[in-house]
Amino acid sequence: MSLISTADQQKLRESFAEMTRSVRLLFFTQTIGCETCPQTRQILDELPALSDKIAIEELNFVLEGDKAAQYGIDRVPAIAIVGLDDSGVEQDSKIRFLGTPAGYAFISLVHAVLLVGGRGSSLSDPNRTRIAAVNTPVTLRVFTTPT
Amino acid sequence: MAFANPNITAYAVEATEFPDLARRYQVSAVPKTVVNEDVEILGALPQDAYVEQALAQFTIEN
Repeated sequence: MSLISTADQQKLRESFAEMTRSVRLLFFTQTIGCETCPQTRQILDELPALSDKIAIEELNFVLEGDKAAQYGIDRVPAIAIVGLDDSGVEQDSKIRFLGTPAGYAFISLVHAVLLVGGRGSSLSDPNRTRIAAVNTPVTLRVFTTPT
Repeated sequence: MAFANPNITAYAVEATEFPDLARRYQVSAVPKTVVNEDVEILGALPQDAYVEQALAQFTIEN
């Protein structure tokens, strides 16, 4: 049974139809000691059914520690969002989700997928210019709770 | 912001699932954004104010 209502599935399908580029969600998980990993996998599994431009790739946090380090993942469940350009080359969006993407975080995840999928950014031009000027590494951590 | 600049990495963190992070960054209310290890943005701000606060220390005024 789907976690998403039929009406919401339809809305998501319509939104995802605007995507011009494929998006891969790298799902970092581990088999033991991660209570919320199965639930996260269950939520992610809903997405590829709604768009042929969305794929999930599961990576074992323990066995594929080099990949985790490459994507700056130090805990699970975690999702790294990667875009694919027209020739299929991966382009890391540098957007990550730590924890179960339920509730409002699910909406944020959908927005991130649409952004990386080519829907276009909601940033104003001045803000985009200002952001582009940053030439040192910056890490943003946005804390939320499931509501 | 992360998508607009490869120097920027953004983590959406589920605070209740990772109490160690919530403690380390002194999260007592959400949403809360922490920029690197020092700058804090409390609440949801309009885009201009958010970008301004998040990047204040990184932008060189001409």
